[in-house]
Amino acid sequence: MIRIAGEPFDPGAELARIAASCPDAGAIASFTGIVRGAGGVETLELEHHPRLTAKAVEAIGAAARERFALAGLTIIHRYGRLAPGEPIVFVAAAAAHRRAAFEAVDYLMDRLKTEAPFWKREHGPGGARWIEPRASDLEDRARWEEAVDARD
Amino acid sequence: LRILFFGRVADAAGRREAEVDPPAEVRTAHGLRAWLGRDDPALLDLLASPSVRIAVNDEMLVGDRAVSPGDEIAFMPPVSGG
Repeated sequence: MIRIAGEPFDPGAELARIAASCPDAGAIASFTGIVRGAGGVETLELEHHPRLTAKAVEAIGAAARERFALAGLTIIHRYGRLAPGEPIVFVAAAAAHRRAAFEAVDYLMDRLKTEAPFWKREHGPGGARWIEPRASDLEDRARWEEAVDARD
Repeated sequence: LRILFFGRVADAAGRREAEVDPPAEVRTAHGLRAWLGRDDPALLDLLASPSVRIAVNDEMLVGDRAVSPGDEIAFMPPVSGG
């Protein structure tokens, strides 16, 4: 299940939902990203493209399904204006064994952070500023390319 | 032509979307980019930066391509999801 959401969602309910839909999975791993309030951030604004964002997230989900032996997959990504403490992204992967589930979640987050068309802006006491990917995000993303090379 | 600007490109352009009717000699995405930035060197520099990607009708542009009335062209700076 993949959803680009304009409204708040409940990560616990989503975890229960994937667990219910994959009764034979031996492992479910999940990740929830939360808006940080550090530095006085009052609001995090996420812009998205009305169609390309969904298309890109679908493609990332399809790549994870191809790469890992998954029984189920959930990706929910917010857009709009979020307050500190609100969930911004939720990824869960169900598989027969833990390794595929852990790795799929890690892989999905690295790709979502660097490739999904979202644009983040922090609003705080000092005004607003756009957030761009850090070098470490790109390095995290590159780990999966090396893994591909190593397999060849 | 319908234009979409995202992230800091929208700030530089002063708008998030626009309907434009460029002169007939503007025939490609790169031509359109030059025309959009014709009076604003800072915007032109940003639009032409390699980190700003262009999508035409929801397809990521590779190289350049023709654009015609009815097309939607999106200018997208580096993304930051998650």
